[in-house]
Amino acid sequence: MRISKEEVERVAKLARLEITEAEKEVFGTHLSSILTYMDKLKTLNTDGVEPTATVLEQTNVLREDKVCPSLPAEKALANAPECENGFFRVPKILEER
Amino acid sequence: MALYKLTLHELQEKFTNGEVTAREIVQAYSLRISQVEPKVKAYITFTKESALAQADALDQKLKGWRRTMPLMGMPLAVKDNICTEDVLTTCASRILGNFVPPYDATVIARLRGQGYLLLGKTNLDEFAMGSSTENSAFGPSRNPWNLGSIPGGSSGGSAAAVAADECVAALGSDTGGSIRQPAACCGVVGLKPTYGRVSRFGLVAFASSLDQIGPITKDVTDAAVLLNVIAGHDPLDSTSANLPVPDYTKVFRRKDLKKVRVGVPQEYFAEGLDPEVDQAVRGAIEELKRLGGDIKDVKLPTTDAAIATYYVVATAEASSNLARYDGVKYGLRSKQTKDLLEMYMTTRQEGFGPEVKRRIMLGTYALSAGYYDAYYGKAQAVRTLIRRDFEAAFQEVDLIVTPVMPTPAFKLGEKVADPLQMYLSDIYTISVNLAGIPAISLPCGFSKAGLPIGLQIIGRAFEEETVLRAAHAYEQATMWHTKKPHMR
Repeated sequence: MRISKEEVERVAKLARLEITEAEKEVFGTHLSSILTYMDKLKTLNTDGVEPTATVLEQTNVLREDKVCPSLPAEKALANAPECENGFFRVPKILEER
Repeated sequence: MALYKLTLHELQEKFTNGEVTAREIVQAYSLRISQVEPKVKAYITFTKESALAQADALDQKLKGWRRTMPLMGMPLAVKDNICTEDVLTTCASRILGNFVPPYDATVIARLRGQGYLLLGKTNLDEFAMGSSTENSAFGPSRNPWNLGSIPGGSSGGSAAAVAADECVAALGSDTGGSIRQPAACCGVVGLKPTYGRVSRFGLVAFASSLDQIGPITKDVTDAAVLLNVIAGHDPLDSTSANLPVPDYTKVFRRKDLKKVRVGVPQEYFAEGLDPEVDQAVRGAIEELKRLGGDIKDVKLPTTDAAIATYYVVATAEASSNLARYDGVKYGLRSKQTKDLLEMYMTTRQEGFGPEVKRRIMLGTYALSAGYYDAYYGKAQAVRTLIRRDFEAAFQEVDLIVTPVMPTPAFKLGEKVADPLQMYLSDIYTISVNLAGIPAISLPCGFSKAGLPIGLQIIGRAFEEETVLRAAHAYEQATMWHTKKPHMR
């Protein structure tokens, strides 16, 4: 399977990754060889086989809805690249592109 | 004997008897680290100062009244993808290069509750993605047995630190072999517990359905001692199992393998297995037989598809988990930003290394419209087949023994240019994660070049006791674990 440059660009955009021209080339080559290798999955018959998303038997884990101690706001914000008045600060979102 | 050479349970005995203070322990390790760390580069962050302060407080508290817990005063190293409150936790990534967690992972809270001493945070492949630690943004760690070889990965820093006596024991994490493979490369013991046995709360997520924290230690007894502390239910991790935890150190009362059925899967001794590894592992199987084990052939027919399955499932989960690194809440934010979308894209471009980007791309591709069924859906179904293989085999036997890695530790740089070749070296460890079962790696010999070779013992879900018992019986019969690298 050969992954085209356009395909690499499409996936990078979906993954929110800015990639360079050189990376497009390298990723194209690597993804092509890895996906070709993964084609061996197609040779296995999985008709009627339930997919495994987790090996656990348990399903939903519920807890009582009660107020518990939590991180103080200053501590939760301490790692933020930018914050203001107890909020995370980001570049403008509501703008025509 | 120098303090740093002791196992955890030996050091604990000395500490409990009052033969050594916590300060002396930290000082002995500080000196050892200053001697060998420039060569091994096992650590990303050192916390010697705070360890010393904690040691003094501990010594003060224990004056004239000595009641210790198994990890009290014990100097440990922790893989740098496990959150430690107020101590830098980078995941060996530029994107988390300045991240100081505001909380402890549950495993760390448990260690702290025992009065352990944190010596530092160890190197890994960025976000635990790799098999050699070469994907670390801070440069590779080195194998104490041969500084030109990889220490394995992704918990390579933890394994190298234990092998080079730069800590008494360490924590690692294992998503596809990341505890067991570096343990094998460095000639130490590494245990991946059953999925759900140990809380993942505070472990930076790579592939949530596969990740598990476990001990890397100098012997099997130490692995049991550490597992005793970290295992158990945690309300903060909905995937942690609400099951009682046995005392894992009690299993060592039995020193033989009588009535234990041991399976040998032929698929794990096929093409690509290095003859020296083959010989060492077959020798180990003979030893298990001599100890009373009933050796049988078993079949794991889906083994050949395990790597393809794993690299679809793990990268799909990773692409979703790593979406959180957006430059908003913590970590790096690119300076070159006009708007929000550009901030996301350039932050991730600058923050992630090549392997992480490759895996995000691969996972995104496998989950994207038009490919989901062919890759992700298919891999999930094959994962069921792999689980069924183990279920069927475990009807016939109690344990399965295999090599850990097809070759001894390879040279630094040998596989960096070809990611697929790197992935293929994970063949013997990844099925265990897909099936969610426990497995241990322990030394079973050396190559002619003097590099350690590992033996893997796999058990049924939540039967760590059987795994540990067999590993201990083998270890005590062979004593490979007493060999140490010559660090010049």
